[in-house]
Amino acid sequence: MVPVLELHGITKQFPGVLANDHIDLTLYQGEILALLGENGAGKTTLMNILYGLYQPDAGEIFVRGKKIKVHSPNDAIAVGIGMVHQHFMLVPVLTVTENVMLGVESLKGGVFLDRRKAAARIREISEKFGLAVDPNAYIKDLPVGVQQRVEIIKLLYREADILILDEPTAVLTPQEADELFKIMRSLVAQGKSIIFITHKLREVLAVADRIVVLRQGRVVGEADPKTATQAQLATMMVGREVKLTVKKTHIEPGDVILRVENLKVLDDRDNLVVDGVSLEVRAGEIMGVAGVQGNGQTELVEALTGLRPVADGRVFINGHETTDASPRKILELGVAHVPEDRQTDGLVLTYPVADNLVLNTYYLPPFARGVVIDQQTVVKMASEWVHQFDIRTPSVLTSAGSLSGGNQQKLIVAREFSRPIKLLIAAQPTRGLDVGSIEYIHQRILEKRNEGCAVLLVSTELDEIMALSDRIAVMYRGKIVAVVDALRVNKEYLGLLMAGVSPEQVLVPEVIEEEVEAVF
Amino acid sequence: MTTTTATPSAAAMRATRAYIRRSRIYGIVFIAIALAMYWLFAVGVDRASVTTYTLNLGPVPAEQRLPDWVVPSYTTVTLLTMLAVAMGAYQLVRGFGRATTVMLGLIIVFFVFSFLTWATRDQSINLVGMLKTMVQRAVPLTIGALSGVLCERAGVVNIAIEGMFLSGAMFGGLVGSVTGNLWIGVLAAVLVGTLLAAVHAVLSIRYMVDQIVSGMVINIFSVGITSFISSKFLQVFQELNNPGTFKPFALPVLGKIPIIGPIFFEGNIFLFGMYILLIVVHVALFYTRWGLRTRAVGEHPRAADTLGINVFRTRYVAVILGGAVAGFGGAYFTLGSVGRFDELMTAGRGFISLAAMIFGKWMPFGAFGASLIFGFAESLQGKLSILKVPIPSQFLLMAPYIATMIALAGLIGRAVPPAADGKPYTKDH
Amino acid sequence: MAQLAASPPSAPPLWRQIVQTVAMPLLAIFTALVAGSLLIILTDLEVLVALRDAPGRAPAAAWKAITTAYGALWQGSIGSPTQIVEALASGDSRAIAQAFFPITDSLVTATPYIFAGLAVAVGFRAGLFNIGVEGQLYIGAITSVWVGFAIKGLPPIIHIPLALLAGPAGGALWAFIPAILKAKTGAHEVINTIMMNYIAFRLSEWLLSYKGPLKRPDSANPVSPFIEKSAELPRFFPDPIRFHLGFFIALGMAAFVFWFLFKTTWGFEVRTVGQNPDAARYAGMNITRNIIIAMCLSGALAGLAGANEVLGVNHNLALAFSPGYGFDSIAIALVGKSHPLGVVLTALLFGTLRGGATRMQNLARIPVEIIDVIQALVIAFIAAPAIIRAIYRLRQAGPGAETVFTRGWGK
Repeated sequence: MVPVLELHGITKQFPGVLANDHIDLTLYQGEILALLGENGAGKTTLMNILYGLYQPDAGEIFVRGKKIKVHSPNDAIAVGIGMVHQHFMLVPVLTVTENVMLGVESLKGGVFLDRRKAAARIREISEKFGLAVDPNAYIKDLPVGVQQRVEIIKLLYREADILILDEPTAVLTPQEADELFKIMRSLVAQGKSIIFITHKLREVLAVADRIVVLRQGRVVGEADPKTATQAQLATMMVGREVKLTVKKTHIEPGDVILRVENLKVLDDRDNLVVDGVSLEVRAGEIMGVAGVQGNGQTELVEALTGLRPVADGRVFINGHETTDASPRKILELGVAHVPEDRQTDGLVLTYPVADNLVLNTYYLPPFARGVVIDQQTVVKMASEWVHQFDIRTPSVLTSAGSLSGGNQQKLIVAREFSRPIKLLIAAQPTRGLDVGSIEYIHQRILEKRNEGCAVLLVSTELDEIMALSDRIAVMYRGKIVAVVDALRVNKEYLGLLMAGVSPEQVLVPEVIEEEVEAVF
Repeated sequence: MTTTTATPSAAAMRATRAYIRRSRIYGIVFIAIALAMYWLFAVGVDRASVTTYTLNLGPVPAEQRLPDWVVPSYTTVTLLTMLAVAMGAYQLVRGFGRATTVMLGLIIVFFVFSFLTWATRDQSINLVGMLKTMVQRAVPLTIGALSGVLCERAGVVNIAIEGMFLSGAMFGGLVGSVTGNLWIGVLAAVLVGTLLAAVHAVLSIRYMVDQIVSGMVINIFSVGITSFISSKFLQVFQELNNPGTFKPFALPVLGKIPIIGPIFFEGNIFLFGMYILLIVVHVALFYTRWGLRTRAVGEHPRAADTLGINVFRTRYVAVILGGAVAGFGGAYFTLGSVGRFDELMTAGRGFISLAAMIFGKWMPFGAFGASLIFGFAESLQGKLSILKVPIPSQFLLMAPYIATMIALAGLIGRAVPPAADGKPYTKDH
Repeated sequence: MAQLAASPPSAPPLWRQIVQTVAMPLLAIFTALVAGSLLIILTDLEVLVALRDAPGRAPAAAWKAITTAYGALWQGSIGSPTQIVEALASGDSRAIAQAFFPITDSLVTATPYIFAGLAVAVGFRAGLFNIGVEGQLYIGAITSVWVGFAIKGLPPIIHIPLALLAGPAGGALWAFIPAILKAKTGAHEVINTIMMNYIAFRLSEWLLSYKGPLKRPDSANPVSPFIEKSAELPRFFPDPIRFHLGFFIALGMAAFVFWFLFKTTWGFEVRTVGQNPDAARYAGMNITRNIIIAMCLSGALAGLAGANEVLGVNHNLALAFSPGYGFDSIAIALVGKSHPLGVVLTALLFGTLRGGATRMQNLARIPVEIIDVIQALVIAFIAAPAIIRAIYRLRQAGPGAETVFTRGWGK
């Protein structure tokens, strides 16, 4: 086997974190190398260094035996390295052709863009590798799966032969992911080499030729997908044995707390993205909402919490109608909301921890007397919560922005769970967190359920949905296509529903295998 | 297992309902404008009154003279009202769909024309002269808006156009006076605009100063420095403030077209410079590599960065080019129009060109169209003092500002700025 | 609230924090003044002549230009120490009044700066860039002068508060328009407040024009009638010292704004909306209401600045009576870091500068507009502290707390 890419002793220090610590890595011609590690292990940093977006503090990079310096993406592109980023790097208002040719434009007369020539080459590439896409379509009109194809075409257009795919399946259904794996196979068959970054064990075992595991910025080991098990990989990733299942006791659901009737919601561009959703969530049950990102879950949560106007239909919380009620009224009915984007919606990063802890209760006694805020009480209660919820912070007066992601999420949980609540709406509550924090948050959500709180859990991580939910609603293109008992379904079944296959066509599995997949 | 089956028409119905509601609002607005038009400009007007629009500009040889256009005042307004009401009714019942905005524009034109017809009853007004003034007044506004388009397409908000105008005007006039050469004056104005833009670029790109604060720095600095030099030198030594102006001329073929020629193709170098800039900026932005990269940087700088495009350099280039354009626009005030620098002579036109840019949806020709509207407001206010309309001139002077606010409020179509407009770019997340 | 309380355990001692907070603005002002002196030198005729004829004499001429200019600035703003000592020794009340005139008049000039600076600061705290303070100030002056002269026969105890309240009412109304446009349509307040400024200027032109509603009939100038004696803010010393009650009202307003912003639930909401509107909405705060509250409070403070000028200093309304208090106040709020205490201190400094600048124009023939140039530089240096750090080779301090910044178009 011929090494096409070698990294020696790559080190990168960020303020407070050693993101990469003397990493050695070799990629051979025509293989799919999986780079496995949990969130924050340093995978993306390493690849950004390789792609020239960051400069390493130490270390060397060799491509086909030649030492190279990568100062900018241009240098990486020049030696045939291409990268598909976790967040797509596509300009929504430009066409596929414009996005693909950007940076390596074909020109007429040395000045004007030759869109036709570029489009012809795109067609050529898409036929050769089986990546169907319309060169003249605008990116903003394309579904995510197709956008990802455009990203791959971008690399092939530049004749890259070392392809880096950073968490490419995060936005795909299991079936779409399988489709992507086929494309990856056909790419390596035609001589390309791929580095596949992920934290999903199933995918690693499904597609990789070789697995390298990263933990806390270091390479902690290599594994062969033919012999490795998910449990082994999970232990390597996390550095300790991982509890793979969450203990859940059966409790009888109580009254209906959340009732949604034929709800319709428009997005910012006036598209109907929640299309006639009806749901009931009872006290003491967790209703999981599964679905690929962008199928209306975000807007559904926003409408339920009063952040987005309801176009049609009705919402009742604990017997009160809350259709188009203000966020405050909904909060006051005992609704806790763990928002999808914690840094944008959940926190004021420049505020101290204490202020963030009273962000939605500051006006109520004991924090306020009339319009005057009682600062001492705020600080006193905040200190208690910091202790109780194990938020690691130097002081309650430290700004929330300086906490780690896990502690920021704990801060939100502390704020939302310390109020008397009847309904918990949690959207992607563990996105981007390390395993320790994930376990903690899951535990807290289960506690709330056991206390008799109704929980609506929205997540794109099927494993999370399966582990926590009592019932699961599958959302596809703004509709709830099925509501199923969590104990009676498996992942493949849900995956098909998430991909839009109608429930009648999917056979309900008779035997449920115990699957070992709880590392997210 | 519960499945919600929503009929496919539910989505369509919902969208249709929103569309119908919007159409209704527009329909009501159309009819309201029509009725206001009748009430203001037709009621109480003598049926025998006529309005005379003259169509000749300056001394024209007898054989080329166009006859005056005489219309009955009351009947004209009434007809326009009926037309507008009919349009409103159609809008209420069926809706014009995509043409709604155009129809709204048409009704506003009716309104303005009715107003003119009413104000000029039993008198005459030079329509061609008025439209010519409109185009002339639109020149600096368009140039300023083009400066804004260049900067903002690359993702840098430029509210410093006013300051660049002012400095360009002062230094253009000063250098023009000292050298006795208007062209060198223009060059100086362009250089000053470039320099100020470079400061704006360094502050907002390198130091990541809030772009609006940075723009205000340029504006305040320009007010200070131009007034300082003006009161220290220009007012003391008159010969430093007497550059003269470029002479107007007509384009060979286009200038000969009756009515259109004198309005659009007769003027000094600033008018033709504006046309050239319009075409160049439009073609450069949408048909060249440079434009594609600039727009990508303004929409999604990180995407551009990952493709090896230097975001910072692209932004510097765009902002500095924008500054050069604004400096050229500034020279219009001293070298193209007044022939002298007066303190604060730009009177907020930099801000109005910004509004024209927004109104024109960040498109060069859109900005030109919007500038023509503002230019018309200015032109109108000059004529009205002659017509003895019972409105104090100060209120007419307010019109462009109020129009700007209405345009900004998005009453005429919502404008979407480039996605990364105003956001500093950093390499790390 | 809490961020003003005790420092975190690991933070440096209090005095160092204070030095760190104050050092930047002071260095920014100092650097701007140095740059201003360059402008004075380069536009000084004697220096230019010296450079042409005898370059050796140029440094001396430059030194003379600077000392004359800044000497005049000092005398015009603080007064001459020797004159003060002599006047006190002589015991002559007129001499004393004259000696103390510059410094008391600097306080008089600082007063509208405090109001206007607070106005901009309140806007910044809510994430709003109110460039319309100047226009709101004019409207405040108009409403207040009208109440001052049109209502007759009231005792001062009623007339003064009434006239004083008319100003903030007018200013708040003027600010309400861009506020509602921002809240409801997302139209950017920067452009709209600038437009409202021009509209206010035109309105005041019309009001004071020939046969305008507020025009004093027996005057050739565009001025309003004088206000009733009963509406004048009391002065504390005999003429020519104009030091009046407004200064203490301004200090009171600063204390009020501090209390409002940092001690009340209303202020907490306004600041949260300014720092992160998404989080504010999520936490149940009403964005529209808070934008309107903040903008109206800002406008009211601006209106108070106008009322203060007509009721305390001019006693009538003249066309273009404000030398740009509203625009200068942007710099004041930025230098004062949008904190009421910072605003008061900066306003005192700027009042002193502006007070002296007039004298500088008379004595040293330096146009007052040099203050605009200096202010622009101060804003630039405060907004880009990296420049100051580079000049003085300072190390980067810790990350700042709440930053003051605007948002793009219509967001």
